[in-house]
Amino acid sequence: MAHLKIALVGKPNSGKSSLFNQLTGLKQKIGNFPGITVDKRTGFCQLDESTEAEIIDLPGIYSLYPRTLDEKIVVEILTDRRNPDYPDAIAVIADATNLKNCLLLLTQLVDLRLPVVLALNMMDLAAKSGLSLDINRLSDELGMPVVMINAREGKGIDQLKRVLARGVAVSPKEIFHPANLGESVVREVQQHFGLTAPYEAFQYVQQVDRLAFLSEGDRKFIKEVAKRNDFFPYKFQGVETIHRYAFIQRVLDAVIIKSARGDWKGASKNLDKILTHRVWGYTIFFIILFLIFQSVFALAQIPMDAIDRGFAGLSSYLAGHLPEGPFFELISSGIVPGIGGIIIFIPQIAILFAFIAILEETGYMSRVVFLMDKIMRKFGLSGRSVVPLISGMACAIPAIMATRTIDNWKERLITIFVTPLMSCSARLPVFAILVALIIPKVRLLGFISLQGVALMGLYLLGFAAALLSALLMKALVEVRERSFLIMEMPTYRMPKWSNVGFTIIEKTKAFVVEAGKVIIAVSIILWVLASYGPADVMNSARKTVREQTATEGLSEQEYENRVAAYKLEHSYAGTIGKWMEPAIRPLGFDWKIGIALITSFAAREVFVSTIATIYSLGSTDESSTIKDRLKDEVNPETGGPRFTPAVGFSLLVFYTFAMQCMSTLAVVKRETKGWKWPLVQLVYMTGLAYTSALIVYQVLA
Amino acid sequence: MKPGESAVISGFTDEQLSVKLLEMGFLPGSVVRFNFKAPFGDPVCVHISGFDLSLRLEEASTIIIFD
Repeated sequence: MAHLKIALVGKPNSGKSSLFNQLTGLKQKIGNFPGITVDKRTGFCQLDESTEAEIIDLPGIYSLYPRTLDEKIVVEILTDRRNPDYPDAIAVIADATNLKNCLLLLTQLVDLRLPVVLALNMMDLAAKSGLSLDINRLSDELGMPVVMINAREGKGIDQLKRVLARGVAVSPKEIFHPANLGESVVREVQQHFGLTAPYEAFQYVQQVDRLAFLSEGDRKFIKEVAKRNDFFPYKFQGVETIHRYAFIQRVLDAVIIKSARGDWKGASKNLDKILTHRVWGYTIFFIILFLIFQSVFALAQIPMDAIDRGFAGLSSYLAGHLPEGPFFELISSGIVPGIGGIIIFIPQIAILFAFIAILEETGYMSRVVFLMDKIMRKFGLSGRSVVPLISGMACAIPAIMATRTIDNWKERLITIFVTPLMSCSARLPVFAILVALIIPKVRLLGFISLQGVALMGLYLLGFAAALLSALLMKALVEVRERSFLIMEMPTYRMPKWSNVGFTIIEKTKAFVVEAGKVIIAVSIILWVLASYGPADVMNSARKTVREQTATEGLSEQEYENRVAAYKLEHSYAGTIGKWMEPAIRPLGFDWKIGIALITSFAAREVFVSTIATIYSLGSTDESSTIKDRLKDEVNPETGGPRFTPAVGFSLLVFYTFAMQCMSTLAVVKRETKGWKWPLVQLVYMTGLAYTSALIVYQVLA
Repeated sequence: MKPGESAVISGFTDEQLSVKLLEMGFLPGSVVRFNFKAPFGDPVCVHISGFDLSLRLEEASTIIIFD
């Protein structure tokens, strides 16, 4: 059995992911390219009886000169023969209705002496537009096999597999020879590194700082040669592009039998008139946003409740059936609820990404970027920040990973920095309980729930904080890098549902893996802190509680709950809570809330279960039970209720702004390549939370 | 230029940006059509060599048109 490595290359919106999905089906996995945080999608495909291929899906690019972090990987792999992902053959996928633009990259690959096959996609649209091509002539002119496909419907895929299985030769053509532009530089670099293609040497000189495989010495050498011979990178790159387009125009003139009519895009143009209209455009965008949130919260409720019940059941079953001992206790009350805490967010994340994938598939997303860019730039963000910010309302982790499409570092950094201020779904259980506790259940005008208004207010508060923080960052961060938004506006199309499905699986997996490992690790640490304390106190817990409550006539269950509360109070977590009470007293919090603040540091929703334990409710998640119990809690100093509106609002504001999510910090560290930004973010958000809660409490109290 | 108008590209004022624009098909001598602008006047949507692109005003303003 022969094994081949095949790379898929093409510009964005050319149908590359559809082709990848067609070739690999479910046999795909997402990994990382070594050393950098770019998702690497690979999969396996049986080309014929005796050939199997590993398909690598490279990020969508217009040319070998990258604009974003993601795109850099392509030139890095294709100019480095020692790279483990260096392909045996490349399939370039091109949009037949927009060939001119797609061929630029293809001619660069030819000059790198790489074996290339051209897959002409969207032949259905080409037919619709009246475009007629001489495929054989195209194949001759380019010196490579050309296969017509329709990646959405899977047509022509078998033919493409056959061509790949036969083995692909290097095209004999040379389209751009860097002879007139610094010929001596190119020759010297080519000889020094023993490169087969002059164009490869040209790329080494052009992109010397971007190619990670070059050593410090290599770089010094290349720069020295370039300097000695007056190499002007931008000018030469411009000359190269014009030269390539001249070649492409000649090819197209020869192969286009009948050119496309312009009218087939008519429906798309009319849609744009409405969807980018100054009134309707925004109205429709906000209606779509509203629909997404309704679905994320309403549709996800049923599976979330089921997961919640399932894990609570599993946890208590294990607690009852596993042997006694700290190890088994760790499993039943540390690890299992920890895993449950991750799984429970899957429905919301899956639904959110289903919508985002549909918006992207249809081509609407680029209109959102178009509509929002001007507004977002006022805050130091870009139109491309809209998607991460919206995703942040489900979960900041996939949202921060989605910022990779922002090409400008400053705009991307600001987006990463403010995304966790968007109220994510983990804050919802905390909000739900506190809002129910302090806002009366009345309806305004008979149908608007006051509690609902308060909840919406909290989301708006988070959003406002994100925008204002962005403004602050814009003033503080000094990065001299050009920001640009040269973006294709694709023709509107119906989404392809299997692509939507693949996106959901991919994003959910990323969340489970990234957030999962941190949440589990931290829940184990917190479980230890909350279950252990000084041995003598913990060991005598039962006796002490029995003595204290001897006259109260408690039932067995009530007694057990009291013991649990007593143990938590005297555990290490409880000790820390009491120790930090002076610091949080000005916010209106006592040590019991302090314990909840600590345990919810890993993930905010833990607040609810901690509060349940500390108020001796046993392990209940019934919000009405918790609510009633909290209502009855008395503040020993005032004799009034502990959870006054002032304390409630203070807590709400604290949870709106506080970082309180280890996994987000871990992802930010990964995406910004260092501890600096996650730490700045942690300090900033905690400071913001503390100050705001302080002001709220002091004003209201 | 006003929405709906077309013009021929004659050059660029910004070398660094011009390489990106060239790659997207903004070639000297080719026709660019101003389709429409976003509600706040920026960015703009233009048509170049068979497809639609959005550009920020400051990017579009580096393109010199022949007239």
